[in-house]
Amino acid sequence: MKTASKEISAVSLVQEALDKAHQYQDEYFVFDWIDDAAIEKARLIDEKIARGEQVGRLAGVPYALKDNFLSKDGESRASALILEGLKSPVTATAVKKLEAEGAIMIGRTNMDAFAHGSSTENSYYGPTKNSKDLQRVAGGSSGGSAVAVALGIVPFATGTDTGGSIRQPASFNGVYGIKPTYGAISRYGVVAMASSTDCVGFFAGESEDLDLLMDICAGQDVNDLTTLPDFYSASKVKEGKKRIGIIKDFDSDVVDAEIRATLRTKIELLQSKGHEIVELEMPALKYALAVYYIIVPAEITSNLSRHDGIRYGYRSDKSRNLNDLYEHTRDEGFMPENKRRIMIGNFVLSSGFYDAYYLKAAKARTLIIQEYEQAFSKCDYILTPVSPNPAFKIGEKVNDPIAMYLEDVMSVPLNLAGLPGLTVPAGKTKTGIDLGLQLVGPRRSDKSLINFAKELKEVA
Amino acid sequence: MTKYIPTIGIECHVQLCTKTKLFSEVDNDARGKSPNSCVSPVDYALPGMLPRLNHDAVKLTVKVGYALNAVVNLYSRFDRKHYFYPDLPKGYQITQMFYPIIGAGFVELPDGTKIRIEHAHLEEDAGKLSHESTYSLVDLNRAGTPLVEIVSQPDIHSAAHARDYTKELWRLMTHAGVTFGDLYNGNMRFDVNISIAPEGSDQLGTRTEVKNLNSFRSVERAVEYEIKRQTKLLEKGEKVVQETRGWNDATGETTGQRSKEEAEDYRYMPEPDIPPIRLSLEEVQALRDEMAWLPKDYREWMRGCLPEDTTEVLLDYPQLCRCLTELYHSNEKSNLELAKSTAKKIANLFSSVLLAEENTSLLNDELPSIAQLQDLVMMNDQKELSSTAMKEVFLRFFDPEMHYKDTRTIAKELGVVQENDLGALESIVDAVLAKPETKQAQTDFKAGQEKVIGFLVGQVMKESHGKANPSVVQDILRQKLR
Repeated sequence: MKTASKEISAVSLVQEALDKAHQYQDEYFVFDWIDDAAIEKARLIDEKIARGEQVGRLAGVPYALKDNFLSKDGESRASALILEGLKSPVTATAVKKLEAEGAIMIGRTNMDAFAHGSSTENSYYGPTKNSKDLQRVAGGSSGGSAVAVALGIVPFATGTDTGGSIRQPASFNGVYGIKPTYGAISRYGVVAMASSTDCVGFFAGESEDLDLLMDICAGQDVNDLTTLPDFYSASKVKEGKKRIGIIKDFDSDVVDAEIRATLRTKIELLQSKGHEIVELEMPALKYALAVYYIIVPAEITSNLSRHDGIRYGYRSDKSRNLNDLYEHTRDEGFMPENKRRIMIGNFVLSSGFYDAYYLKAAKARTLIIQEYEQAFSKCDYILTPVSPNPAFKIGEKVNDPIAMYLEDVMSVPLNLAGLPGLTVPAGKTKTGIDLGLQLVGPRRSDKSLINFAKELKEVA
Repeated sequence: MTKYIPTIGIECHVQLCTKTKLFSEVDNDARGKSPNSCVSPVDYALPGMLPRLNHDAVKLTVKVGYALNAVVNLYSRFDRKHYFYPDLPKGYQITQMFYPIIGAGFVELPDGTKIRIEHAHLEEDAGKLSHESTYSLVDLNRAGTPLVEIVSQPDIHSAAHARDYTKELWRLMTHAGVTFGDLYNGNMRFDVNISIAPEGSDQLGTRTEVKNLNSFRSVERAVEYEIKRQTKLLEKGEKVVQETRGWNDATGETTGQRSKEEAEDYRYMPEPDIPPIRLSLEEVQALRDEMAWLPKDYREWMRGCLPEDTTEVLLDYPQLCRCLTELYHSNEKSNLELAKSTAKKIANLFSSVLLAEENTSLLNDELPSIAQLQDLVMMNDQKELSSTAMKEVFLRFFDPEMHYKDTRTIAKELGVVQENDLGALESIVDAVLAKPETKQAQTDFKAGQEKVIGFLVGQVMKESHGKANPSVVQDILRQKLR
């Protein structure tokens, strides 16, 4: 990506991004908020360059920030009414690291409220449109970020991935998207969805840019006890021929024919280049979606308990007493999908049901983790579709939660196992909709994964 | 009439005296600070905030475990307990439901009764609400203060034992140095579960829980009241309802608050933001080695030196006990006997002077230094200070004008140092014996009237302005009059 220098000014980079952001905003609804003051930050970078001072590796690079990251710029709302008015006194660790390298946030991108959703239709502010077809969804929950990169507004954008929220919109919009190993990047300052599966990651037009972003943002953070000691920068990339695993069960009628054909072509090309293809039986994966929709709502219920209208954000003015305050504030402040997940979570945690649901799901999760461990003793990476279908029509699934949840069937297993996954653009449907494939590696293989994306691109 | 046996179990919340809160970096000691001045974004639950674990709180909890003669679990874990209330910013309390850090133990009461401990766990305190006429105010200074909850087995069967148990817990916790132990400010709070059953019955009765008691006396009174109330109900053929009850200290009554049917479902789940606590054997052993003396250690040590009831009184003042052990340890290596007798003399001063009603206000002041106390005993041992003078000097240690001065300077300024110089004393004695008014007494003494020696000693004391050591004077007189 282009960084500011004596030849290209940060102001010109940021101005161009801002212009594009405004140009596309009405049609695509990419941003919840565009920060025109970003130009001031660009000016400071240019002054530094003029003085011959050291600037960071992302000097003057405009980027888009998913709305669930806290920063002192704008309101951190996670596209939810209940967080309206929240001016954060705290900046997320990932944002700090990016801005320390000179990156400049030009706007906050639209998302499913609290990242609950796979289409960005659950945003309080309305849906973001697909970068190739205004009738179709952007994917989600990080839809705004994916489209911001796909439309060329910014070279990269941040995202969060709890069950596919980076990989699926990346796939729907033909860009790269990385969901790192769980714990690679600090979650501090990111509005929590499900603590045990939330990951901070990125969208970019080029896989090399993901490598740089990971290098900058990965590492242990005292403010997030689940972060891993930095493994990314020191990891060695394994070159040479690879064993690529494919999952038999994912090659079935429930998956769109064009996606299956794209995957098959890719496999044949890889084989012709001398890579070995390994067929994997992973019977526990069929439980992944069920396990995910127990564990994740449980954590959502818990993490959303703090939104009570007492200390910050939205408060309903219909309240006459404390219970009223809770009920009206939460009823008005949350989207239907938020409420659905809160109810599921409360149900699975309630007295008498905990053992039958949560505990059982936690055990099944262990089986899924073990199954991946076995798989990676037989192969280096696993290549699968990202989702069963390409970008669907706006409104098509939003009122059918089960159909919507089924879109996550291939992306959620990674989150349960804490594995890194990378969406690699792989072509288009006959109607011109982007298709991506998902490359999965063992824990801490993020760097090799990103490196292998180049190989996948070359065999196209 | 049926005799009913009460069965009582007590849960005790102990606020730990760590420097910072359990999960954030702000000051844990909010005494005298304005509302909401010790609150971080973690404490008020800003979205995106994650807990950091204060390892000092974990260490203090291990010490609680040792004070309770309990198993310290090397693996423990946090869980979330959910309920909505404005004093709980996250909507859940981080506690330990499934894998507590402290396992089974026991507390031995002064009369030898053992109360078993079921477990103890580490958790965070909630904030405080104050209700005004049309609104309520939230103060989160206390939110996130580390708490240890100590859960007893239902081993207590009388109000007196309930009081003794809570008092012994207070002593254990304050001596172990894990809490400030300020009951008035809620540093220790008790929830008491009480049921009664006919004597000989193998089943326990329905229990009620009286919550949030903050003194030993209110524990005793609440238990007494509940036993009477439940007995009355059963005698009338009515049933005890399982419920939470509040205590009104002014009326001396408990009142129903919330029945079991209305009880909340806390929807416990493992805390995903904090990895399990894994302690090493070396770490917990090191903590055991640095444990301060506990009541049982003092009792053993003071046995034979002090009357038992004096020991028990002193145990209510951990700062005095700590001072005594420090004094003891400072002499212990060079001279064990001296160490013991020194500590014993100071222990006596503490109980006879400092704990005398007119002086108890001095307990709020800084205690004398070890050096001051050592010198005090030494001057007494060397007959430079009489017992009375020793008390006088001891009191002056608390005088803001004096407390920084060394013992000898204070004694000199008070003019209470006894004259022990034989030569000097002899000349005073000679002068007294030369006085005509002592002639008759001298004659009487020589004639065998022992009693008059007191008169002669008195005359010498007068001549010396009270500084002569009376027993030395007597020795000299006897020699001269032989």
